[in-house]
Amino acid sequence: MSEMNMAQALNDALAVALEADPRVVLIGEDVGTTGGVFRVTDGLQQRFGDERVIDTPVAESGIVGAAFGMAIAGMRPVAEIQFLGFSYPAYDQVVSHVGRIRNRSNHRFSAPMVIRIPFGGGIGAAEHHSEASEAMYAHTPGIKVVAPATPATAKGLLLAAIEDADPVVFLEPIRVYRAIKEEVPEGHYLTPIGRAEVVREGADATIVAYGAMVRDALKAADALAADSVAVEVVDLRTLSPIDAATVVASAVKTGRVVAVSEGHRTAGIASEIVAIVQEKALYSLLAPVARVTGWDTVVPLKRTEQHHIPSVGRIVAAVRRTLED
Amino acid sequence: MEPLRILDPSGRLVGEPPVDAAEVRRLFEAMVTARTYDRKSSALQRQGRLATYAPFEGQEAAQIGATAALRRDDWLVATYRDAAAMWMQGYTFEALFLGRMGDERGGSPPAGVGVLPPSITVGAHMIHAVGLAWGERLLGGDRIAMTFFGDGATSEGDFHEAMNFAGVFRIGTVFVCQNNGWAISMSRDRQTASATIAQKADAYGFPGVLVDGNDLLAMLAAARAAVERARAGKGPTLIEALTYRIGPHTTTDDPGRYRDEADVAEWSERDPLLRVRRYLQAAGEWSEDRERAVEEAAAAGIEEAVVRAEGLAPFGPGAAFDRMYARPTGALEEQRRLLLEGEAGQ
Repeated sequence: MSEMNMAQALNDALAVALEADPRVVLIGEDVGTTGGVFRVTDGLQQRFGDERVIDTPVAESGIVGAAFGMAIAGMRPVAEIQFLGFSYPAYDQVVSHVGRIRNRSNHRFSAPMVIRIPFGGGIGAAEHHSEASEAMYAHTPGIKVVAPATPATAKGLLLAAIEDADPVVFLEPIRVYRAIKEEVPEGHYLTPIGRAEVVREGADATIVAYGAMVRDALKAADALAADSVAVEVVDLRTLSPIDAATVVASAVKTGRVVAVSEGHRTAGIASEIVAIVQEKALYSLLAPVARVTGWDTVVPLKRTEQHHIPSVGRIVAAVRRTLED
Repeated sequence: MEPLRILDPSGRLVGEPPVDAAEVRRLFEAMVTARTYDRKSSALQRQGRLATYAPFEGQEAAQIGATAALRRDDWLVATYRDAAAMWMQGYTFEALFLGRMGDERGGSPPAGVGVLPPSITVGAHMIHAVGLAWGERLLGGDRIAMTFFGDGATSEGDFHEAMNFAGVFRIGTVFVCQNNGWAISMSRDRQTASATIAQKADAYGFPGVLVDGNDLLAMLAAARAAVERARAGKGPTLIEALTYRIGPHTTTDDPGRYRDEADVAEWSERDPLLRVRRYLQAAGEWSEDRERAVEEAAAAGIEEAVVRAEGLAPFGPGAAFDRMYARPTGALEEQRRLLLEGEAGQ
């Protein structure tokens, strides 16, 4: 075990995968020489060479489309797109080809590949750099979508994504990259895709969150604990397929649920949580399921970004509303 | 820029043939078979037995000449109009029919055949060929990839990304543009202001070749050179095949609304089959009986493929859930159960 932040844990996961499997290659803009805009691939080209860690032209569709061809040929490419807001040119490849090849070819061809994309705001970045449009990807058939909240989860999930037989969109919360450190196990281990985790136990209410919002959910739980409200926090970890069983079990246990997502409100991940809970746990509910989300606006720039991203205060207020009913 | 030509429209050699007359006859028979399939498909569509179909009549030399240069295990990434090329590389007529009948099994070539299901979106697939050839190189093999697309696809941004990646990394990709003059109703001069599509390769740092796409031998010669170059690790080639689609864009299209039928008559005189037949006649390698026998054998084989495709029991309602991932997710298992309960009237 050693203490790592999420960027280091992801770097460690990529090194483990590159070391273990010659079919793994990293491909993307600036992933080699500079080690990526967030330094997640730092030092890997120096260690594994430029045929394993491939710097490409600036071309998101090309990066994902070429990785798709490599995957069909038998490689295990890990493509990097620098920001979620830059992934839209590649979204056509994902929705039109990557997610469909197994279905279209009736299993003859598959595309076991990972598309790593930093997402979410909170660091005051430029326009297009703070997008939380993960629902677009979760809405796309044929891919899996994961979003870790902590360094240890990030490493295990990334190794699981690389080893998955199907394409995985791997969303990395920008705000968490360097914000926290924790003990990360050495070497190879897997955090299963499709499994949510109860990261804090509580009997009075449940907060379901993912990515950077898990930390804020835990802070909200701390604040509420001061008032003797015991909040359970579920880290979703996988946005598609969602682990409904874990969410529902917690909803049944506490009877009060708040779904938190930085993404836009309409047709978002939080909406999906609300739907799952009301479909499967309605008669256990003591209050309507609440949502705390980003708004249906373009993500504001630095000076007003804090009004968009769910704050600890908004999460606490939502939990209190469920407690009033 | 004069297109490469080896066989002129009268069937006379004007260049060095890449293969002997016996091999030309074999390829001619493949062209006859492909045309039989194409006409049968249009007929089946009119009978309501196939969904929308994109005919390729007139483009047999471009597709068969180019793919004849491939090794059996090379990759091919093509479009909805490239059934002849796909069949040449090992895709079955049965699978081609199944696809047009709306059955996902049509997307599966026989095991070991490296032909992706036809791309329906325009342009995005060219980069897949680059990735396939790149993957093969990284795996230490020498399989290369050929990709087919129309002149309309060169208007798409992905054309640039594919050509640029292939050029930068010298990926063994053979780009075959069948410039058939039209992207549905829009003519070639609405797709690009450059004099030729072939010349675009120059800007990406690799050769572009303009070829008479109705000349089987010129297509084969150009493709052989491109395939050899790719396999030797020297990088990509763009081949622009000047050809013409005699029929509509698809069976839902009426080309009478946008093109001059005099052009069709003129291009029909340059029919790629007619040209090779004239050559074979002069070489003593052709007889009417033999061509009829090939046509009859093709018709019988294609009819059998239709019977097999139509006779294949459709998937049950829940099968779509199995095809999405290596193993269906819990969410999909639940949705399948919901669908099937609905089927049971619950």
